[in-house]
Amino acid sequence: MSGTFSYSSITKKIWMSLFGLFLMTFLVVHLGINLLLLFDPSRELFNIAAHFMGTNPAIQIFQWVLFGGFIVHIILGVILQIQNWMARPKGYKISGTSEDSIFSRYMIYTGIIIFIFLVIHLGNFFVLKMQGAVPEFHHEGAGHMEDMGLLVVNLFKSTGYVIFYVVLLLIMGFHLDHAFQSAFQSLGLSHLKYTPFIKGFGHFFAIVITAGYIIIPLVIHFT
Amino acid sequence: MDLKLKIWRQQGPGTKGKFVEYPVKNISADASFLEMMDILNEELVAKGEEPVAFDHDCREGICGMCSLYINGNPHGPDSAITTCQLHMRKFKDGETVVIEPWRAKPFPVIKDLMVDRSAFDDIIQAGGYVSINTGGVPDANDIPIKKENADLAMDAASCIGCGACVAACKNASAMLFVSAKVSQFALLPQGKIEAKRRVESMVAVMDDIGFGNCTNTYACEAVCPKEISVTNIARMNREFFVAKVS
Ligand code: HEM
Ligand code: FES
Repeated sequence: MSGTFSYSSITKKIWMSLFGLFLMTFLVVHLGINLLLLFDPSRELFNIAAHFMGTNPAIQIFQWVLFGGFIVHIILGVILQIQNWMARPKGYKISGTSEDSIFSRYMIYTGIIIFIFLVIHLGNFFVLKMQGAVPEFHHEGAGHMEDMGLLVVNLFKSTGYVIFYVVLLLIMGFHLDHAFQSAFQSLGLSHLKYTPFIKGFGHFFAIVITAGYIIIPLVIHFT
Repeated sequence: MDLKLKIWRQQGPGTKGKFVEYPVKNISADASFLEMMDILNEELVAKGEEPVAFDHDCREGICGMCSLYINGNPHGPDSAITTCQLHMRKFKDGETVVIEPWRAKPFPVIKDLMVDRSAFDDIIQAGGYVSINTGGVPDANDIPIKKENADLAMDAASCIGCGACVAACKNASAMLFVSAKVSQFALLPQGKIEAKRRVESMVAVMDDIGFGNCTNTYACEAVCPKEISVTNIARMNREFFVAKVS
């Protein structure tokens, strides 16, 4: 039966959940760095952190693992979803609503929106950086580095972009809200005592991460 | 009470079906849902029309034969019961009741509201048993089993294989059914010996037949007439993982 390993539904879900959880740790680190912009309006701390993330060799490797994880998560998500649609060729006239969470119905859609957001996001920052089009930031100790913080601040001057950003972040929050406990269930980590805690923490995590990311454009825009 | 029924009518497998409206009058609130269907069918036969085909057998909530997707709910609006145990007092006078068959690729419609659930039998045949060479009957207390495990195994074994979990799942996934059948053995020493082979082959057949994957929406648990818990799905995921890596 080992031939079916790579194809089985449960195997796909296990990989999906592992990479999903991995992406979540990245969200935490990324948020921590973004928040530096609020704590230090001179952008110095943020730029140092961005510089570190952009140059540290360990982070560079991690970045590729992250990228790969994203791709695997997306490919598996799409495969699973296509199989799921195929499993019910004819739908109901009145479709049921007995799910635990409304967000669980829309994982593929929130996922695809996160993906589109990611592409735009990378276009805004990463691509400019690759082209060397980012203004310089003069820092006494470490010499010259890119002023990534300025890019962020300039971007959030636009009301339209702030609204776009906030809406997409909310949608990411919906994905996370169902995803957190789902990953534990997929990994078989279900427990009489701890599962209620995992579910509660998942909601808390989704809210804190989403709120954290949303505060940044709002504060920058209005100050 | 009077009701307006909208029932899926389909001549046979592969033919095109459609919803047909049937008004029913003077139904007792104490009648069961299937008795209401019987009354309708008697009227149809008296008029020389074809009665509505639907599955049922024990009408005691234990065999798992009855089905029906009623107003968006497998086994109707009440919780933890089968359609045969559903009473008409759960509906309002004058209500429109939409009755559909289970919808899933592995459950093709045979006729009207009847679907072919033999896909479940195929999964059971792939490993839902214990191969014991018969000999003398062993003493029940020979093998000590923890009380908690005995209870959990018993809960899992109460699955009647009706398919409501598949019907409710947005992915038409059979994970709740298969996990109950895997769990009832995995929890007991008699089932442990073949545990790895069992979970691997049952999941493989489940996938092959074309049931969907599990998105952990837990709609299955919510509609299960026997209240089978989704912790069984987590147990099966665990069993499967251990079987694959060991
Ligand atoms: C910030 C990025 C993301 C994070 C942190 C994340 C996290 C997760 C986690 C932890 C799960 C639960 C896995 C499980 O149920 O075992 C999940 C499910 C899912 N994700 Fe993502 N995800 C992200 C982006 C995406 C993207 C870009 C897609 C694109 C299609 C996507 C599609 C899905 C789908 C379809 C599911 C449900 C799969 C299923 O159970 O049927 N996700 N996500
Ligand atoms: S007819 Fe047997 S369970 Fe409903």
